[in-house]
Amino acid sequence: MDTFLQQLINGLVLGSVYALVALGYTMVYGILELINFAHGEVTMIGAMVALTVIGALVGAHVDLPGIVIVLAGVLAAIPACMLLGFTIERVAYRPLRNAPRLAPLITAIGVSILLQNLAMIIWGRQYISFPPILPRTTYHLGGATISVLQIFILVLSLVIMAALVALVQKTKLGRAMRATAQAPQVAGLMGVNINSIISLTFIIGSALAAVAGVMVSAYYGVAHYYMGFLLGLKAFTAAVLGGIGNLAGAMLGGLLLGVIESMGAGYIGDITGGFMGSNYQDVFAFFVLILVLVLRPSGLLGERVGERA
Amino acid sequence: MASLLEVHDLSVAYGGVKAVTGASFYVAAGELVCLIGANGAGKSSLLKALTGMVHVSHGTTKFQGKAITHLASHDIVARGIALVPEGRGVFSRMTVEENLAMGAYTRQDQAEIAADLAQIFELFPRLFERRRQAAGTLSGGEQQMLAIGRALMSRPKLLLLDEPSMGLAPLMVQKIFETLRAVSKKGVTIFLVEQNAKLALEISHRGYVMESGKIILTDTSAALAINPEVRRAYLGE
Ligand SMILES: Nc1ncnc2c1ncn2[C@@H]1O[C@H](COP(=O)(O)OP(=O)(O)OP(=O)(O)O)[C@@H](O)[C@H]1O
Ligand SMILES: [Mg+2]
Repeated sequence: MDTFLQQLINGLVLGSVYALVALGYTMVYGILELINFAHGEVTMIGAMVALTVIGALVGAHVDLPGIVIVLAGVLAAIPACMLLGFTIERVAYRPLRNAPRLAPLITAIGVSILLQNLAMIIWGRQYISFPPILPRTTYHLGGATISVLQIFILVLSLVIMAALVALVQKTKLGRAMRATAQAPQVAGLMGVNINSIISLTFIIGSALAAVAGVMVSAYYGVAHYYMGFLLGLKAFTAAVLGGIGNLAGAMLGGLLLGVIESMGAGYIGDITGGFMGSNYQDVFAFFVLILVLVLRPSGLLGERVGERA
Repeated sequence: MASLLEVHDLSVAYGGVKAVTGASFYVAAGELVCLIGANGAGKSSLLKALTGMVHVSHGTTKFQGKAITHLASHDIVARGIALVPEGRGVFSRMTVEENLAMGAYTRQDQAEIAADLAQIFELFPRLFERRRQAAGTLSGGEQQMLAIGRALMSRPKLLLLDEPSMGLAPLMVQKIFETLRAVSKKGVTIFLVEQNAKLALEISHRGYVMESGKIILTDTSAALAINPEVRRAYLGE
């Protein structure tokens, strides 16, 4: 029971971060039918930029509470990632808008590798540790514990997701985004500047990625130039699990994947009689990906293929 | 009368295939002009060229005296042109109300938008009944009403329609054409592309006939309706 509750909490926290990243994949896919494999790297850059700022502030011994320093890092990472996402679309994807679908896909992988290497050159190959400046208080909940950081990550993710849903469902801009996703040419006929909407989609997705990047690095206590790869792949899995192109699906898929992974890690030792340990955690994500692709490629909330307008 | 729309020597090609070759025509303010032609004549391609949906390979389009030939769709629409596209093009996963709101995307005048919306609902009571329903669940006729209503929500100076009668039952076609006549009477200039030549010539002032990408004939609609060539080719005689 303790393990169950504990792993559920851990899973939801991790899953809410996956959900934030998955939203970026799914929003871009919804409009361009492109899987932006560079999105994981945007998350990594977010973490790196934030850590650079945080490290500098800590190194300068500024007399500020830890939470404010981290906030400064986040506020630097968000615009940096927005600019990065915007630039990636403009430079790498837009010229290929009418090319066969394989071309932008390969380009996405290329951008991803480019950003990894760029990050390696700038920040080096070593792990960068997240300074221990955040409060370490934990609370007991049933037989499990939850830290302030976990609560913070979970609540902030949910608030951001609610804000995104409100934007997409309730505002004129969101309506234009949905119209563009359904029928771009017709949206143009309504007066929607499709290129602006596409840019905006990348910008919003990248802002979410920036926040997620800081969360992951704070949670695990480290950042690394290669961290975007696995995180991106898992978030992509979450998006596919929920039904790629579907916002609610990305959120559900993210949370679900986090819980599956965490439960798997918690119980794998028992199941295999100690043969495999929680270090096999990452296997579950890809097991889920394969299962979904085989059994229900449209995902949990996705519509059947061919139903798109 | 000043021409609202002036098209000169317009050509459209898909790869090497020419769809429209050297089309020239005009629509004056207040007119209801039709363009008739058989399948594949290039009618839709012409409308797409006017609205920036396909590339114009040659020629010019002027709206209110200003060139709009190579503008993007949203810039053209912002100047006061609305297209009811072939096959309606409603946003099927959005509600009827949201579709109509999309029609008013370029406008800011909330009070006037609300008034126009009320007018559209008066014109098409069926749309009012189904305002919270996803547009994809409407019948073909209802979707056509929605597409027309949505175009009118932009308060266009020029309304372009691509075969609004396509796939509709005769009664529904009557209803749509009556609506177009009423819209025209209110002062909206209309350029109507149709395969239903009989009805199109009945409600329009002037007409153009298109064949294999070329405009081959133009006259008043009354004259076209008794033109032997037109009667043979498009009125089934
Ligand atoms: N996207 C496209 N790519 C290649 N060829 C096209 C494309 N769209 C249209 N064509 C060709 O251009 C020509 C004109 O087509 P268009 O759709 O403009 O005709 P239309 O008069 O609207 O016909 P219909 O009455 O059937 O709607 C046709 O020969 C068609 O095959
Ligand atoms: Mg056509």
